[in-house]
Amino acid sequence: MERKQVGAREVVVPGDLLDDGGMRPGNGAYVLDGRIYASRLGVRNVSSGTVGVIPLRGRYMPAPGDMVLGMIVDIGPSNWLVDINSPYPAPLHVNEVPWKVEFGDTSRFLKIGDMIMAKILMVDESMKVQVTMNDSGLRKLEGGRIVEISHSKVSRVIGKSGSMIQMVKNMTDCRIFVGQNGRIWVDGEANEAGVTVEAIKMIEREAQTSNLTERVREFIGSKIGPAEE
Amino acid sequence: MSGQSDLELVNKKGIRLDGRKAGELRDIKIEAGVLKNADGSAYVEIGKNKVRAAVYGPRECHPRHLQDPTKAIIQCKYNMMAFSVSDRKRPGPDRRSVEISKIIAEALESVVLTELYPRASIDVYIEILQANAGTRCAGLTAASVALADAGIPMRDIIPAVAVGKADGKVLLDLNKEEDNFGQADVPIALIPKTDEIVLLQMDGNMTRDEFDNAIEMGVAACHEIYEKQKDALRRRYSAALKEVEADE
Repeated sequence: MERKQVGAREVVVPGDLLDDGGMRPGNGAYVLDGRIYASRLGVRNVSSGTVGVIPLRGRYMPAPGDMVLGMIVDIGPSNWLVDINSPYPAPLHVNEVPWKVEFGDTSRFLKIGDMIMAKILMVDESMKVQVTMNDSGLRKLEGGRIVEISHSKVSRVIGKSGSMIQMVKNMTDCRIFVGQNGRIWVDGEANEAGVTVEAIKMIEREAQTSNLTERVREFIGSKIGPAEE
Repeated sequence: MSGQSDLELVNKKGIRLDGRKAGELRDIKIEAGVLKNADGSAYVEIGKNKVRAAVYGPRECHPRHLQDPTKAIIQCKYNMMAFSVSDRKRPGPDRRSVEISKIIAEALESVVLTELYPRASIDVYIEILQANAGTRCAGLTAASVALADAGIPMRDIIPAVAVGKADGKVLLDLNKEEDNFGQADVPIALIPKTDEIVLLQMDGNMTRDEFDNAIEMGVAACHEIYEKQKDALRRRYSAALKEVEADE
């Protein structure tokens, strides 16, 4: 493997030198005496003059616009508290759900333990998070199952412009929703859903390798046959 | 630190009880990511010391009143197992472990970018499985590898080592006998990039010259340990890459 080449895969640890001048610091990088160092464990990444680190580990941090899967953990008279797999719980206000909810009537709509699809509405500088369900396609999830993976592997599960997830959906005929927070909802026939869950775990395990889409296709093919009748 | 013993800690040739020279470290083994359920973990062996560290977080700060709206807090628990020393150690926190927890947490706070996680808490647990002098240094060395393994943003990884004086000579990385019967014990931890010292204690006494000499020795040794820490993290993550590439 060629090293030092732009975009080359290289594992960096906190304190490693990323660049000594010329580039701008991106995510996971900090500047000391004009040099750029890594601030977290990950893979060095260079794009258009910016050098940063793609994290390999770490918690999900909510960003506005992210689609996430959340679990209701507490109910108030005018809001629910949603666990979105980040260090911070996110309140969901009654104004942000697609139903008309009377004051104090919140528990009729969502109960503790319910899974919902939600969008991060805003995150302020003190990391107060708000989520909303007022967007197309957002709803309470009924049935199916949840797989949890590291949020840093989510982009791999989705693939380039959705190629990976589309392939898995087509082959298994399952309904899948991938949250940016690393939670994935899978619903379909018991056998197919089981294979889908295994395929997702395989993608997480082998996220750093090339030609993964092909191998996942083979894997699913070997379990349930190559194509639909 | 009694200093009274017939034991010859350093012989005429300048060789110590375990065969080391004055400025030599004990054998070090570091492994990252040894626990599955923690967000990050590390295992460190320094001579006969065996230490395991686990990191959880950033997560919601539990006793709510400890929350800081401007940054994350680091909560550290240093604990010695009952079987870690030759006389059974009475389990539970005591004055010594509370002190060590506090200084380790403060040392870590100086490198972790806590401002990124307001109101959160980063929890570090250090378990001493076997003790042979210098466990706070081994614990801090393990904790900083575990923090990096947990993907927590930090400026640098902290190595730590103890320097001391026994039989009137300045020695690096004291072992049990040198610690018990020597004249001084000085644990040092620093940020290798800037050589900023983040932990420094002294038990016993040394002259000014001896102290300067000790610090110099400690700083050099820390840089040596630092390389091993980085190597442990790289090994862990490039192994994952290789494993999968072999499958293809």
